[in-house]
Amino acid sequence: MQAEEKFTAETWPTAPERATLEGKNKFLGFWLFLGGETVLFASLFATYLALKDKVPNAEHTLAKDLFDLPLVFAATMLLLTSSLTSVYAMHHMKNFNFKKMQLWLGVTVLLGAAFLGLEIYEFNHYVHEYHHTFTSSAFGTAFYTLVGFHGGHVAFGLLWIVTLMIRNSKRGLNLYNAPKFYVASLYWHFIDVVWVFIFTVVYLMGMVG
Amino acid sequence: MANQQPNSENPRIDIEYRRKKSTEEMRYQIISFTLMIFLTLVAFFAVGYDGFSGWFTVPFIILLAVIQVIFQLYYFMHMSHKGHEAPALFLYSGVLVGAITLLAFLTIIWW
Amino acid sequence: MSTYAQKQGFGATIWDYLTTVDHKKIAILYLIAGGFFFIVGGLEAMFIRIQLAVPNNDFVSAGLYNEILTMHGTTMIFLAAMPLIFAFMNAVMPLQIGARDVAFPFLNSLGFWLFFFGGVFLNLSWFLGGAPDAGWTSYASLSIASEGHGVDFYALGLQISGAGTLIGGINFLVTIINMRAPGMTYMRMPLFTWSTFVVSALILFAFPPLTVGLFLLIFDRMFGGNFFDHTMGGNTIIWEHMFWIFGHPEVYILILPAFGIFSEIFATFSRKRLFGYSSMVFATVLIGFLGFMVWAHHMFTTGLGPIANSIFAVATMAIAVPTGIKIFNWMFTMWGGSIKFTTPMLWAVAFIPSFVAGGVTGVMLAVAAADYQYHDTYFVVAHFHYVIVGGVVFALFAGAHFYWPKMFGTMLNEFLGKITFWLFLIGFHLTFFIQHFLGLMGMQRRIVSFLPGQGFETGNLISTVGAFFMAVATIILLINIIMTTVKNERVGNDPWGDGRTLEWALPSPPPFYNFKQLPLVRGLDAYWLEKMEGKKGMTPAEPLGDIHMPNNSFIPFVISLGLFVAAFGAMYRAETAWGIPVLIIGLLITLGSMAMRSIKDDHGYHIHKEDLMDDDDNKGVKA
Repeated sequence: MQAEEKFTAETWPTAPERATLEGKNKFLGFWLFLGGETVLFASLFATYLALKDKVPNAEHTLAKDLFDLPLVFAATMLLLTSSLTSVYAMHHMKNFNFKKMQLWLGVTVLLGAAFLGLEIYEFNHYVHEYHHTFTSSAFGTAFYTLVGFHGGHVAFGLLWIVTLMIRNSKRGLNLYNAPKFYVASLYWHFIDVVWVFIFTVVYLMGMVG
Repeated sequence: MANQQPNSENPRIDIEYRRKKSTEEMRYQIISFTLMIFLTLVAFFAVGYDGFSGWFTVPFIILLAVIQVIFQLYYFMHMSHKGHEAPALFLYSGVLVGAITLLAFLTIIWW
Repeated sequence: MSTYAQKQGFGATIWDYLTTVDHKKIAILYLIAGGFFFIVGGLEAMFIRIQLAVPNNDFVSAGLYNEILTMHGTTMIFLAAMPLIFAFMNAVMPLQIGARDVAFPFLNSLGFWLFFFGGVFLNLSWFLGGAPDAGWTSYASLSIASEGHGVDFYALGLQISGAGTLIGGINFLVTIINMRAPGMTYMRMPLFTWSTFVVSALILFAFPPLTVGLFLLIFDRMFGGNFFDHTMGGNTIIWEHMFWIFGHPEVYILILPAFGIFSEIFATFSRKRLFGYSSMVFATVLIGFLGFMVWAHHMFTTGLGPIANSIFAVATMAIAVPTGIKIFNWMFTMWGGSIKFTTPMLWAVAFIPSFVAGGVTGVMLAVAAADYQYHDTYFVVAHFHYVIVGGVVFALFAGAHFYWPKMFGTMLNEFLGKITFWLFLIGFHLTFFIQHFLGLMGMQRRIVSFLPGQGFETGNLISTVGAFFMAVATIILLINIIMTTVKNERVGNDPWGDGRTLEWALPSPPPFYNFKQLPLVRGLDAYWLEKMEGKKGMTPAEPLGDIHMPNNSFIPFVISLGLFVAAFGAMYRAETAWGIPVLIIGLLITLGSMAMRSIKDDHGYHIHKEDLMDDDDNKGVKA
């Protein structure tokens, strides 16, 4: 099956992301990469947990006084919903409906950008209200590193999806770009998976004390 | 190839069958999304509510997170589909290595 | 058609190698770059031995000595052993599974250039104010306190080259899972392919902790972080854990491919099927698995407590079991075989006692209570040189001789090869055997000099003499390589005459598309099976058809160059005005070239059937 071949909804394969050898390789390679990312984030979580509330003196704010539940809840809802919208996008990709796929990817990007905006606001808030900075304590360094790595992943994911959308806006779907859209959505879900643990381990467990 | 479209004489019937399958799948995904939102709400309430001790809340919310991630992996990321044996093997190996790292950092770093 | 094999000018050849995505050419790049760093690391080793030849020596200053020993370890592990192993994996593994290329040819090239620029960056530290001096393990309290930019070079350089290694690992895994020839089931894969598979999985899971560890170090040293600063609540032990969670699998990443190479050599030159193939596969997987459970045995003396120490001690000793299975299987492979003592076989035979000696001291070190005595002495130095030189370096030498004809189409001289072997073997044992006793007598690791009258003089002198033997052996190998290349006597498909696996069914070197028709694999040792039935080559599994090939690309080079530039910017950010702009320019180069890659479609090209039929090297068989 040729990557450049033109398709209709009838001839479009059921698993377009894996219909070519290149697609299969991309699909598997990306999953393996996610396996490695799991270890990467586990290491960051481990570091954070080892350094949680480790501050040089009593004047520093600790986790339970720092976090703000409504803000985290809003961020969580944004990201969870963006995960659903990217599922919608892939649903339309499999049905060979390019327009709707682009639409839902667009919604995903907007939600992701809103999440990122909230995170920037949140960091800014901690720095100015609580003097909880990257350099103020080991707790601060570990917190900003873990959450910042996740934020960096979100930013990269946005850049990636937007590039894909612009690049393919005139061309529609084919077996060359279908795997690209598919792995980008896998990446986006993985970001969400990591966030589930961040809001649980960092924020909620931080509130518990 | 295992993932090609089913060989049917009539592409029309074929596509109707596929549309039906994928709508069905979409329904599962909506259900899992609803459950995920629900689990998140429960977790936030458990933390916000003062009646529980930390010894209950922490394991409880971690359990909720794990359940939620399983939904995410199997429904949103399609790990329930065929052809995900190798991804599952490597993902779980990563989880294992990560879990050992976490365990070590929680138990033998105490200074 | 012969247009694919035209004679090229020098400039065109260089350009070809800068842009190549062919796994066989990337293998040659890894071999050259890895070989270069091996010589650099070897020179550093010689300086160490010269400094320690006599008591109170002042050949180098103490500060310089710290830099030399740090760079010796770092270079040998990351820039010599790893890439040389990658050279053989790239050269041989796709051929062994009957694939036309790796899964991600572009990423394969990117992996190489990242490693290369990372290695160059690290070594430029010598000319830019001093090399890292905190040991190859770079323990945090020491590396945070280290002045100058040495440790920054270490952290940034390894970060870049580590990314390349991770990419390479994923590439090999996908290749093996998705691209095996028809009939090549997992349990028919040659042992070298199996070890590549397991090692790539180890890379996938071991390199992320290194990445994180290096980020923590970079943040602490360059961006005011406090991970390791106890006055700010930090904890220096975190680095040790992170480093060894990576570092212990890393030593298996080095040794398992060595096991793979030796397994091929034992079977080939005993002219017998490898004894206990399935138990060998099982042992390889088990070693890979256990490799993640034992890292803290490097940290017995940090005070983890008796329970943790006991768990890690027992887990460590458990690794001796699968390793023992392998040793016995190799011996049983030779037993009753019709053995030919070629140069690769000599290395393989010498490997067994040398490596077992290293294994035995490994079990001694695994006894946590006893380790308090051995820790940070020359006993440890002797132990890990016995496993890494006696295992990995022996395998690299053996593999170089064994696969040279497949990579370059000409045989290394056997006579010179045997001289290299004997000199190196004698030199190796002279250098390191005595170090066990120096260690037990109390000589510490990493010290710049020792005093007379403490009983260390003779041992150290012997050790230095041995090092010169190894240096001469390496020089003879280089002479051998030059002579062979100049003579350039071409050889056929199976120059050893006893090749068992698919790579020997192909011309030496193979055409750039490897297999005109994918072979049908009917069992373990696929080529041997066909030869035993009197056939000349493999039965094709498909009719002759067009072959899809990837295009060459210069982008991997540019992506890596961008990170190289950015690393300088990051390092000099604080003290110079140009730091930040350079950092941004470098990142823009990288991101821009990545964007170019994704925006410009690259569908590759096809070699047409007619052109393949005209290729007269080997006539296509019509299926």
